[in-house]
Parts: sequence; structure tokens; C-alpha cells
Amino acid sequence: MTAESTARTPRRSSKRTSAKKSADSTKTATAAKSATAAKTAKTAAARADGPELVQLLTPEGERVEHPDYSIDLTPEELRGLYRDMVLTRRFDAEATTLQRQGELGLWASLLGQEAAQIGSGRATNPDDYVFPTYREHGVAWCRGVDPTNLLGMFRGVNHGGWDPNENNFHLYTIVIGSQTLHATGYAMGVAKDGADSAVIAYFGDGASSQGDVAESFTFAAVYNAPVVFFCQNNQWAISEPTEKQTRVPLYQRAQGFGFPGVRVDGNDVLACLAVTKAALERARTGQGPMLVEAFTYRMGAHTTSDDPTKYRRDEERELWEAKDPIQRLRTYLEKTGAADDAFFTALETESDALAKRVRDAVRNMPNPDNMAIFEHIYADGHGLVDEERAQFAAYQASFAEEGN
Amino acid sequence: MAAEKLSISKAINASLRTALENDPKVLIMGEDVGKLGGVFRVTDGLYKDFGEDRVIDTPLAESGIVGTAIGLALRGYRPVVEIQFDGFVFPAYDQIVTQLAKMHARALGKIKLPVVVRIPYGGAIGAVEHHSESPEALFAHVAGLKCVSPSNASDAYWMLQQAIQSDDPVIFFEPKRRYHDKSELDRSAVPAALHAARTARAGTDLTLAAYGPMVKTCLEAAAAAEEEGKSIEVLDLRSMSPIDFDAIQASVEKTGRLVVVHEAPVFLGTGSEIAARITERCFYHLEAPVLRVGGYHAPYPPSRLEDEYLPGLDRVLDAVDRALAY
Repeated sequence: MTAESTARTPRRSSKRTSAKKSADSTKTATAAKSATAAKTAKTAAARADGPELVQLLTPEGERVEHPDYSIDLTPEELRGLYRDMVLTRRFDAEATTLQRQGELGLWASLLGQEAAQIGSGRATNPDDYVFPTYREHGVAWCRGVDPTNLLGMFRGVNHGGWDPNENNFHLYTIVIGSQTLHATGYAMGVAKDGADSAVIAYFGDGASSQGDVAESFTFAAVYNAPVVFFCQNNQWAISEPTEKQTRVPLYQRAQGFGFPGVRVDGNDVLACLAVTKAALERARTGQGPMLVEAFTYRMGAHTTSDDPTKYRRDEERELWEAKDPIQRLRTYLEKTGAADDAFFTALETESDALAKRVRDAVRNMPNPDNMAIFEHIYADGHGLVDEERAQFAAYQASFAEEGN
Repeated sequence: MAAEKLSISKAINASLRTALENDPKVLIMGEDVGKLGGVFRVTDGLYKDFGEDRVIDTPLAESGIVGTAIGLALRGYRPVVEIQFDGFVFPAYDQIVTQLAKMHARALGKIKLPVVVRIPYGGAIGAVEHHSESPEALFAHVAGLKCVSPSNASDAYWMLQQAIQSDDPVIFFEPKRRYHDKSELDRSAVPAALHAARTARAGTDLTLAAYGPMVKTCLEAAAAAEEEGKSIEVLDLRSMSPIDFDAIQASVEKTGRLVVVHEAPVFLGTGSEIAARITERCFYHLEAPVLRVGGYHAPYPPSRLEDEYLPGLDRVLDAVDRALAY
């Protein structure tokens, strides 16, 4: 839990938003009980009371079926998803703490979005390619990117720096939505190569307003590119609610571009896994792009620099807390006997160890050498860079000489 | 192979064809570059011979063109994208400046972005608004990009070959008013380095430095000045990033006077940077301040006024006279 989540007195009333979230909450529970209703809603356009979402595990930890998406996981696989989410949340909390301690300049927490990220991340094959925003710490985890690699840019020692091709996980992209075009271009290349891999582009509800996202939908549709657009609608683009971005449910945007869209319970790791797997498989088999809207909630602040008490109510957060992605899977694991106390205890220990490893790694992360300013600007070199590098080196050296 | 005489647009076409033939990873992308062969016909015939998988008619979305080209480059392709006109590049400016230019550095060199962005640029073709601009300084200002502009058929052919082979993003500015000017291309020649300036005309009294469309204007000015007994050296800079300051310095140390000419506005333009750096490098060799001739701090004017806005023979000679008067 991040520091931002501490309860405070609401500064202004927001009855409209509050009422809407309540309605969504009720509807989610209803949808889980009625697969038929879910199917009807999925095929229908926006209904007056809003769209249904694909759900396979209710907030209460009940397994439910969906007519279009199914999943059958072994207890080991279920425990694996739980472990992924717990470790990701722990890593994320540790990073937030490190920011508070001054070890990081900034951190963008994924708190609350673990299911969306682990479900979709675990749906990818090793040869698929991922284009993240700057909040996909859980997806990075699934791709095998060491969590400590993600912290360099937030500490200010690099702008990313990992090798994207090592885990087929592109660098974080900070300018909103730009990476959806890179993903689409990459997918066009996959198709040209005749490869049977797929690409997944992450973005958020705010990014859905960006021209680049619309252009990526157009290009992907026109070239039938094997790309899945995975939108984590966490309800807030910093201080702006989704209502400031769209007048239709975001998944419905896909229809206008000529490919399918589906809304999934973004706090249900099973549904996110099943839907993303299906979407990626669809892409791999030449059926083109698909939009997945993972309906979730940003439990923390936008980043450690943000103060959500200025614009949203704690009641809203509480409603979503009841839909917590980790708790519902834990309930299910305990109820079905898929995990025992020993598992949870061992995971707690592993979690502590990860946190310690992250802490140590960050505190020992060296500042880059001064000359790094001039490194890797060009692959083939550049005369001006060479000249300025030499000037800078001479300037620095002049102090050393004076010191002697 | 003997030298042949052909236009700049045909030389670019030949260069693209060679690149497509030599490297299966080279792709042509842009609006109308396929069946139509581009609005200037620069890609004429390539779609027919290489097919729609290699010569790609894109949706009408410049940011999308460059953004997907970045993705294709990440996948191992070498996209050569065409922006239809100079004034249409700005929807793609974010992708070029924020993504294309910086991605190699952000990955600490672990990925490369061999993308060429071809932009027909400059005025004097009587076009409507947004079809005559010279935005090169806006790109040269950005670390991570390289910017070049050929002035003749041979450079058009060879510099494009080199730009496509470069592992860095290159903005390739094509002097559209000179597209149909013919000059010699020797395809068996060993080309000069991509970013090296070339002495287009030797002289002793003053150096005119230019690139792209203004090289011809400067050569005409030098010829006119010769009739008045002035010996003018003309440097074809060929590259705006990096700039071959060594070549300019060598010339100025000989002539003592420098006038930089471009169509782009002089304020904070390529000429300003050259003036500053050459003043630093050649302070004791200069007989006169470095002068700049170029566009004004005004939106590109309606075409009926463009002859007054653009540097022509007389404005270049006026600057030559002013420099020589010191």
C-alpha cells in the first residue's frame, strides 16, 4: 500500500462519480452470475447501463464461466499467478518507499493493476514482443526483466538502458501513447517475416485520446498487423477521470477501426490471462489486431509526485479495494485447497528477500560516469559530439590539474 | 560504368532502386509512394517492380508513418519514409524528435534505428501554403538525428545510399525546386563521406557556404562576381548535422570572409551556428563578420511574394559586397 492511500477527508463532493462506480460494482457481481447476460452484453452495442466485462473469478473468489473465454489451470499455475502478483506488488511498494527515502526521483506505482499485468504478461510467448508504458512493472516481471533494471530511469542513472531484445520487452515509453505505433510497426515486420509471433502494446485510458493511438489502430487494421492493444483503463489519467477521455466504453473504439474489442475485468487475473491469450492467438494466426480493455483501478497516486486527495474520493478507492486482484485469488486458492499455509509463508519469505534485493540494488546503483553524457547518441558517430566530448573532458581535466 | 546525366529526382529513384535490390530489409513507405510513384514521381516504378510489401502506400498519417517505421526498424528493417512536403512533417515531429532521435541512447546503444526520412523541401515552385518550407534547423538542433541535403544528381544518389546504410536516423532533405535539374552521376565512383563538405568552386576573396537548393544560386552568384573581378569560393556543405566545420574553417582561413546562404529563416538557423563557430575558430583570420542570407522571421509568404522572400542572386551578391566592403 502506498503512502498516497492514507485516508484523508474528501475535499469536495463527487456524487456523480461515486454513484457510477457503485453501479459498476453491482453490475460486476451480476455479470459473474449470468454467463448468458454477459454474452448478450458483449454482442450488443453500448447498453444504457454500460457494458459487461469478461470475468472468470469474482471479487469474492468464485470461479465463474464465460461463454467465449475459458481457462483451465493447474493448482501450480494458479499459485504461479498468485506469486507473480504478490511479488510484483511487493516490488512496487518497495520502489515507492525508496522514492520516499530519496533513493528514487520518481516512481509510478502499479498498485491495483497486478491482475491486468500478470494475466496479460503471462499470456505472451517468449517470441512475442511487448511495448510497455512506464507502469508495466508486472509485465516486465513476466518477461524476465530483472526488477532492478526498471529502477535506473527512476533513480536518474539512465533512461532505461536494458536491452529490449533480451526479453522482447521494449524500453518504457513516457510520452503517452507513442509506443502503440512502434508496436504496430514491429507487428507489420513480424507479418512480413512470416513469423508466427504476436506483439502486445500497452497503454492507458488517457492515452486513448492520443492521435498516435488512433493512428496505430488505423495502421494495424489496414495491414492486419498481429498486434494486441491492451488498454489498462485504471479510471484516472492523473487527475482526469475516464469521462474526460471518452463518451463510449473504450473497447468499443475498436469497432470503428474494423477489429474486435472486449472489456475484461482487469482485477481478475484469470480473465486477463484467458482474454489476452485468445487475442494473441488470434493475432498469431493472421486474424489481425484486437483491443482488450482491462477495467481496473489505479489504487495509488499517478506517481509519487501526485496527490489524489485533490481530485478523487476515498469512497471510490474503497469500492475498488473490495475487488482487489490478489485477495480474490487468495480466497480461491484457500477455498479450493490449491495452496496451503506453507505456500503463503514461503511466499512471504521470498517477498521479503526480493524487497531486500531491490533495496540493496538501488542503494548500490552507481552514478554513471560523467562522460556517459556523450555515449550512444549516434551509432555511427558524429563530429559535433566528438568535439564537445573532447571539450568537456578537457574542462573536467582542468580541475584535476588545478587540484594537483 | 560511364557517367550518365540525369535529374536529381531520377537519381534518387535510382538510389532507392539500388537499395531495394541490394538489401531485402529496405522498405519504402509513405503517402502515394506506391502506384502513383509519389507526388513528385520520385518512387516511380518501384511499386511495380518490388511490390506492395516493399513499397508501402501508407494511411495518410505522418506520425503513424514514422512511428511504424520505428517499429519496423526495431524488427530489423531499414525503412525509407517519404514525407510528402516539408510543411507536412510536423505531425511526425514528435515521433522523430522524441522517439527516433533518442531511442538508441535510451537503450545505451543496444538497439539501432536505421530510418531515413525523406523530405522534399524549400520554395520557388509557386506552391500553396505549407509546401515550400525549410525546417532543417528544427531537426539539426536535435541530438540523435543527422541531416543532409544533396545539391546535384551524384550526391542525391550516393548520399541516399549512405543514409540508408547508416545505422542512425537520417533526415534527407531533397531540394524540390532542383528535382528536374540534370547533372552527371557516375555509379562506379567512390563517393565522398556523407557529412563532408565539397568545394563546388574554388576562389580566394570570399567563401559562400550553402547546401541543397542554394548551391546553384551561390554558383551563379560566384560566376556573376567573377565578371566584377571577385574570386568567390563556393562550399557545398551537403550536411547540416554534423556540419563539416573543418572544411569551412580551411576555406575561411584562405579567404577571410564567409557568407552562409539558405532558404530557411536566418534567425537561429544553420547559418547562425556556422557564424558563431567560425568566429570562434577563425577570429584572427576573419576580415569581416560572418554574414547570413536567408528567409525572414515571417511565415513563408504567398507564392507571389516568394521571390522577394527567398535569397536570389542579387541578395547573395549584396551580402558579398557588404562582406568585401569591410
